[in-house]
Amino acid sequence: MNSLVEPKKWERFVWPLLATALLLALWHYSVAWTATKIFPSPLDVKKGIAELIRKKVLWPDIIDSLRRVAIGFGAATVIGIPLGLTLGWYPAANQVVNPVLQILRPISPIAWIPIAIILLGVGDHAATSLIFLGALFPIIVACVDGVSNVPSVYRLAGRNFGLGPFRLLTQVVFPAALPKIIVGLRLALGIAWLVVVAAEMIAVDSGLGYLVIDSRNSGKRYDLVVAAMLIIGLIGLILDTGFRRLEKIKSVRWGFRDDS
Amino acid sequence: MTKTKLQAEHIHMVFTRDGKTTSVLNDISLTVAEGEFVCLLGPSGCGKSTLLSTMAGFLSPTSGEVTIDGEAVHGPDPRRIFVFQERGVFPWLTVEGNIAFGLFHLTAAERHQRVAHYIKMVGLEGFEKAYPPALSGGMKQRLEVARALAVNPDMLFLDEPFGALDSITRLVMRGELLRIWEAERKTIIFVTHDIDEAVQLADRVVVMSARPATIQQIVNIDIPHPRDISSARYLELRDGIFQQIGLAHKI
Repeated sequence: MNSLVEPKKWERFVWPLLATALLLALWHYSVAWTATKIFPSPLDVKKGIAELIRKKVLWPDIIDSLRRVAIGFGAATVIGIPLGLTLGWYPAANQVVNPVLQILRPISPIAWIPIAIILLGVGDHAATSLIFLGALFPIIVACVDGVSNVPSVYRLAGRNFGLGPFRLLTQVVFPAALPKIIVGLRLALGIAWLVVVAAEMIAVDSGLGYLVIDSRNSGKRYDLVVAAMLIIGLIGLILDTGFRRLEKIKSVRWGFRDDS
Repeated sequence: MTKTKLQAEHIHMVFTRDGKTTSVLNDISLTVAEGEFVCLLGPSGCGKSTLLSTMAGFLSPTSGEVTIDGEAVHGPDPRRIFVFQERGVFPWLTVEGNIAFGLFHLTAAERHQRVAHYIKMVGLEGFEKAYPPALSGGMKQRLEVARALAVNPDMLFLDEPFGALDSITRLVMRGELLRIWEAERKTIIFVTHDIDEAVQLADRVVVMSARPATIQQIVNIDIPHPRDISSARYLELRDGIFQQIGLAHKI
């Protein structure tokens, strides 16, 4: 297909739907042909979701997971943005902190689980602190990057109009860096959603991650495992789609490629 | 002669990069009168923008001093606004927001009135709520000029403001700038590498040499506005500058 040709409106729905249907069919017949006793078919999973809803466990688990993400991601935002802006604003401070940041950054939040449990015990605090750690670094990095790439004409213009350091930061540097910061926040939210599932498998006894591990441990219910996995994917998609709407806000839209 | 507005005295500028020193400005002295329109004309990369940034207070000269109204310049000041090529408008603010940017010390009512006045002056009515990415190059440039004028500065520094525009828009913009200058009588220092532009706009054209920049000659443009660009005097002055820069007037 020629990428220069705008897809017609119906095509934008029909092709993805067709691809999904094909995948479901492939899944269904693979299960049927291999006659596996472990892996559930799409129909089993559908029944599994219905069962979770009927037993009223699905909704509380979703709420628990979302609550932990909201707290961990929220705290990372509140702490990460000012910290990142400051580090971007003072390159000297950034040079001092950067080596430590760069060493901590590639460590998967999962690796912190033992330490989180020792320090905070098994429970919500351990889980939210892992999410916090996972989300914090991408936010800081995006802010530093955003601030240090603000074109110098904007800073010069701001100074020319007599802005002091605080106004310059809030009215020129922050809005100029905002598109990059939003990209960082979106990345961080995606990571938070990955981490919450992992953390719930180990540190707590509620949430979608716990649902996955508990479905296996109590009776090897793989239909419920896959059902929970699908729900996790679906909510992740909804979170990301919701966040992408921020990119359409007019005061940041200039920083994104106009691809709609 | 009217009152002196800006005085540059023996400005030298030397940049050091990777241990190599480059002399960019060499002993520049220039006096600009209040309300005067002066063009700095020279080949690309000769240092005329560096001189302008120095006068605006963005750069400190290696030696020498710039004084404005008798005070030494130590930094940028809202009384004199630097207009970049259209890149200087803030894309996160609307047309209104951009013009109001420097007016944070005014009351909302005053600000509103000032913004409306300058939107009208530069012909951006109907675009008050538009964001810069939706504007053409010429409109962005007009917006930046309006933002500069709104704080009521007594000087404008313009750094090749029309350089990125197409030739027709550029001609229109020159006319607009002259109209605004005649209405508000700001002192204007305008950097360009376009000889015609300089002779069409300026009271005096400061012809600069290639790097390190020195002042080769200062040409008085003694033609009243509106200027007839096919008149003998216009052509004579323009050709004089062409020769001064060492360009043959044939292609």
